Amino acid sequence: MIQRLIRIFITNSLKMISLLLAVSIISFILVCASPIDPVQQYIFSLGTAVSPQQRAEIEEYWGVNEPPVERYLNWLGEVLKGNLGESAIYRRPVADIIGQRFLNSLALMISAWILSGLIGFALGCVMGLYQDRALDKILKKICYILSSIPTFWLGLLFLLIFSVWLGWFPSGFSSPIGVLSENVTVWQKIHHLILPALTLSLMSFSNIALHTRQKLIDVLHREYAQFARARGEGKWMLLRRHGLRNIMLPALTLQFASFAELFGGSVLAENVFSYPGLGSAVSAAGLNSDVPLLLGVTLLSTLFVCIGNMIANILYGIVDPQIREVHK
Amino acid sequence: MEQKKDALLKIQNLSVSFRRYNHGLEQENLQVVSDLDLTVYPGEIVAIAGSSGSGKSILASAILGILPNNAKVDGNLYFKGETLTPQLQQQLRGTKIALVPQSIAFLDPLMKIGKQVDGHRRPKPVQTRKALFARFGLPQEIQYLYPFQLSGGMARRVLVSTALISDAELILADEPTPGMSLDQALEALQMFREIADQGKGVVLITHDLDLAFEFADRVAVFYAGTTVETAPASDFKKGPDALRHPYSKALWHALPQNGFHPIEGFQPYAGNLPPACLFAPRCPYATEKCRTQAPLLREVRGGEVRCYYGA
Ligand code: SF4
Repeated sequence: MIQRLIRIFITNSLKMISLLLAVSIISFILVCASPIDPVQQYIFSLGTAVSPQQRAEIEEYWGVNEPPVERYLNWLGEVLKGNLGESAIYRRPVADIIGQRFLNSLALMISAWILSGLIGFALGCVMGLYQDRALDKILKKICYILSSIPTFWLGLLFLLIFSVWLGWFPSGFSSPIGVLSENVTVWQKIHHLILPALTLSLMSFSNIALHTRQKLIDVLHREYAQFARARGEGKWMLLRRHGLRNIMLPALTLQFASFAELFGGSVLAENVFSYPGLGSAVSAAGLNSDVPLLLGVTLLSTLFVCIGNMIANILYGIVDPQIREVHK
Repeated sequence: MEQKKDALLKIQNLSVSFRRYNHGLEQENLQVVSDLDLTVYPGEIVAIAGSSGSGKSILASAILGILPNNAKVDGNLYFKGETLTPQLQQQLRGTKIALVPQSIAFLDPLMKIGKQVDGHRRPKPVQTRKALFARFGLPQEIQYLYPFQLSGGMARRVLVSTALISDAELILADEPTPGMSLDQALEALQMFREIADQGKGVVLITHDLDLAFEFADRVAVFYAGTTVETAPASDFKKGPDALRHPYSKALWHALPQNGFHPIEGFQPYAGNLPPACLFAPRCPYATEKCRTQAPLLREVRGGEVRCYYGA
């Protein structure tokens, strides 16, 4: 068992490293091929006029005129040393920005992730237990509707209702404006987190709910569920004794594999709520041609999604032996 | 028969049909069990014999009240003289009436044996379980195993234990012998014989007809969802002349040791049943009356038969 898990871990790590390399190469090529001119952008952000002479010096200093392969290797070498370069718009090392923003994003994503997992799982169980009854039909419709609504639209709707009309939640940022960051309380941070997290989780729970529903229905149609009924177990007892046991791990696995969607959704949610996380950083970097920041975030998000998938794979590894032995 | 008063289970005119939708529009009723009668007394094994599709397994679900929602049940069911209402069925499931399932597919693959045999009721019958395991020669350690880790023989005894851990008076055993070697099947049936000898009623649903009449007290023959004959098991040993219904006789002739003469034609499918006697299309003695008016169950020589001419 342990050996199996270690093997899964190693193969996944190797896959992750090669994927990271591939992603870095592809994004590097894309940036090279794009009309973005980092030098022009840099000069523009200096706010002063620059002579062609000075521009040539900057280009020389940055190594813009070297062949792309050499540039890539240089960049990769620096990345491996932990230097992601300096952000053109924030004027700070990319690693710092990412580090700080990632914490914000992580708080947002984790709370949305837990929320969507809990809501989705609970709703899925209820729908499965009441299959094809009114309750199930209504919840299913809600799930379909929610999963077809765009995140930013839902975010705007929430902003309008909860922060503009009702005034329950602030309309943006991760802490109150005009308060020094040392003085921001945890509660204030949470208060700012609720609306974006809710938006993000509403977007993703329907997937897990529908999946859990289907799994539970499968389980309830299995012979062992039929036998449990024959022994006098009611709906909820059946769920407690056999349902949860048999659907929990697949649901968890799915939830970990959803990191990619979570990240994609957070980009939109953070922009709607002006939440200072990676998502808003990445769109700012894209709009302002901040190449080092863009590449840095790309790498980090790849890593993030890969880790999610790796956890999912390891979980499969735990479930798998039992399933395989049963079918033997 | 003064026994009759305290029949454990009495089923009269049971019919089960399933609602089904054709192309999403037309509603159709599939009749799978019609006018079925069965009585079980304490201390006896009643074998229910019939080929697959004769409604045997549905009967067990109907007695327990766990048919799917689209099933419609008609007729009278009594347990110890009391009408089996859904409420009563719920009370009796797993307490007074227990099912012995046919294979370990009926055990939760992710739940350990001990917990599984104990069931969901509290307090946990741990002592009873230990005693049962000891009685069946099962090592106590298997309580920590998962179903897939059991050998075939152990699994069978575990399945029986799930029923005996309750103080059930009526045991429904659904196809307990298929896939077993003769020795294993004999061992399994011997277990049920012992259970019956302790005063419980056992309904043995099976298509191993020859094994069934070795161990059963009475045999009920099912055909297309109804009982065509109920006879003392000894009649089956005596041979076709002791039997009453043309189908029972045909079954007897189809047994390997009696020449293996299969009966021509097919059992009619639910949804496509003959109008009167369900056996008429295959019956060599069928007359006009058989095709227009359904025969009722009647007593003949200490058994019951659903045929105008059976004697
Ligand atoms: S009632 Fe008629 S058709 Fe039916 S079994 Fe008897 S003889 Fe055959």
